[in-house]
Amino acid sequence: MTEGILKVAMPKGRIYKQASKLFRQAGLPIPEDFDDSRKLIIPVPEANMEFIMAKPVDVPTYVEYGVADIGIVGKDVLMEENKDVYELLDLGIAKCRMSVIGLPDWKPVIHPRVATKYSNVASQYYREKGEQVEVIKLNGSIELAPLIGLADRIVDMVETGTTLRENGLVEMETLFQVTSRLIANRVSYRLKNTAIQELCDRLSTVIQVSV
Amino acid sequence: MSKPKVFEKPTGVKDYLPHAVAKLRRIERNVLDCMQRWGYEQIMTPTIEYYDTVGVASATSDQKLFKLLNQKGTTIVLRSDMTAPIARVVGSLLKDKQFPLRLSYHGNVFRAFEDKGGREAEFFQTGVELVGDASPEADAEVIALAIASLQAAGVPAFKIAIGHVGFLNGLFEETLPGRSGEQEALKECLLQRDHVGYRDFLRKLVIGDSVREELEGILRLRGGQEVCSHALELSSNASAQAAIRHLCEIWDNLSAYGVQEHVLIDLTMIGDFSYYTGMTFEGYASNLGFPVCSGGRYDNLLAQFGRPAPATGFALKTTRIMEVVPDEADDARRTLVAYVQDDKAEALKEATIRRTSGETVVTALVTGEQLDSLVGLEIAEYLTNRPFEFRGVEYDRLVLVNGKEGQA
Repeated sequence: MTEGILKVAMPKGRIYKQASKLFRQAGLPIPEDFDDSRKLIIPVPEANMEFIMAKPVDVPTYVEYGVADIGIVGKDVLMEENKDVYELLDLGIAKCRMSVIGLPDWKPVIHPRVATKYSNVASQYYREKGEQVEVIKLNGSIELAPLIGLADRIVDMVETGTTLRENGLVEMETLFQVTSRLIANRVSYRLKNTAIQELCDRLSTVIQVSV
Repeated sequence: MSKPKVFEKPTGVKDYLPHAVAKLRRIERNVLDCMQRWGYEQIMTPTIEYYDTVGVASATSDQKLFKLLNQKGTTIVLRSDMTAPIARVVGSLLKDKQFPLRLSYHGNVFRAFEDKGGREAEFFQTGVELVGDASPEADAEVIALAIASLQAAGVPAFKIAIGHVGFLNGLFEETLPGRSGEQEALKECLLQRDHVGYRDFLRKLVIGDSVREELEGILRLRGGQEVCSHALELSSNASAQAAIRHLCEIWDNLSAYGVQEHVLIDLTMIGDFSYYTGMTFEGYASNLGFPVCSGGRYDNLLAQFGRPAPATGFALKTTRIMEVVPDEADDARRTLVAYVQDDKAEALKEATIRRTSGETVVTALVTGEQLDSLVGLEIAEYLTNRPFEFRGVEYDRLVLVNGKEGQA
């Protein structure tokens, strides 16, 4: 059985540029002009790969079903989506953290409400703390919620904290640190073992250098 | 929830239409025939079992069992696999039968609340259990039979990865003696396929650098027979060594079967530690993101049914295999016997004769006018020998029964 090309689910946007840079550092011939491409499927025959440009939150789904052999995705998405995939490497890129955020004058309320894109992560966090909160799922501009009174706190990713400061919000607790991970499908991990292991080894060397 | 619409059914279950059933039955028949040729006899067990017996003993986690209450308020489960019910039969109805027992099965099994992708609440499994034989030969027989079964099912290209829970258990006990909490945490990482978490946890552990390297090294223990010799050097723990030697013997047996091209050794592959006691394996087909079979040795299960015995077996995920097996041309030839009211008895007799000789026959009562137009079809069919369509169904042969004009 030949291993064939490696199908890689790549997150569009912020993480992609850092990931493709990391791949290039690892000696994989990924042309730079793809960084701004709008194509959804990008063949990279030089590296015996094919990039599937996916919305970051969907990367684990593509990999779990095996339509992509491997993928790159933030730990935040992995925690939220809880898919059955191998988490092979911490790539150390796209560093940020998952935090609880609120207004500086926050005081405990009777019916606490937490707005977030990460409803599973938030629910689990408060369940484990034994705190009863109503988790409200939002799809964007989470910072609005405490400003207009939809929720008293939010759970969201913080990279530099600029957005928070500009909107007069503060970080109250950190849930966990987030970096991008290399994930693999259960079947591909075995059937394309050689290619995946080689990629891991190459990436590991540059990750250690950059950390 | 609002009242379901008439066409709705519960989440995770499926209807199978004729072409899918034909395919499923063909796979099932080929696989069961193959298992029979290896001396495995098929058994059937009930769909429902007691929670306290089979439910508790099964490898399925509690929240994934479908539970019901019977009239007396006893908890009943829909079977989540066939292994635990078979263990119950081996410990009761078959308790006087001499070991080894070779049993095969095909059945539907149930899992509740599957949130992971592509999982169904009801699916089909075809498998075997070899009970009462602890030898590497028995393990190899089961793996070789899994390979033969996948071939019989028509899976075009596949690999089987074999691991052994005894190796990791032994290695962890050697490197982290008595630190069972830490051992469990590491195993949990491996079970969750979280290699990043595994390495992070190792980094935080208070252990020597060489031990840390050794434990990190197991993530690379995948490949052919060379993995075994590498692993032998890695651990001097007696049970780890015994596990690897057992695995080597399985490999040698598989070479003797001539099937080693399908087999990989993968010591990172671990099944459920609380259930499996020895070698475990999984089968993977190309172009399918999910395993097509899984199995292993479970020497503790039979004791729960009062007849302690070593056992090994596997289940093919027949529902998944349907996805990778190519469709076979529908070779069911059909004959249409068309007749007018007056000739009913004669037509039905004609149909019976043809059915007795093995033809698939559909009868249709038609009007005189329709019969006349069918004569045209009959001539065309005769001339071209091509299938024709009648009332939405395709036929290969047309027989007109018409007393007035003589028979076809």
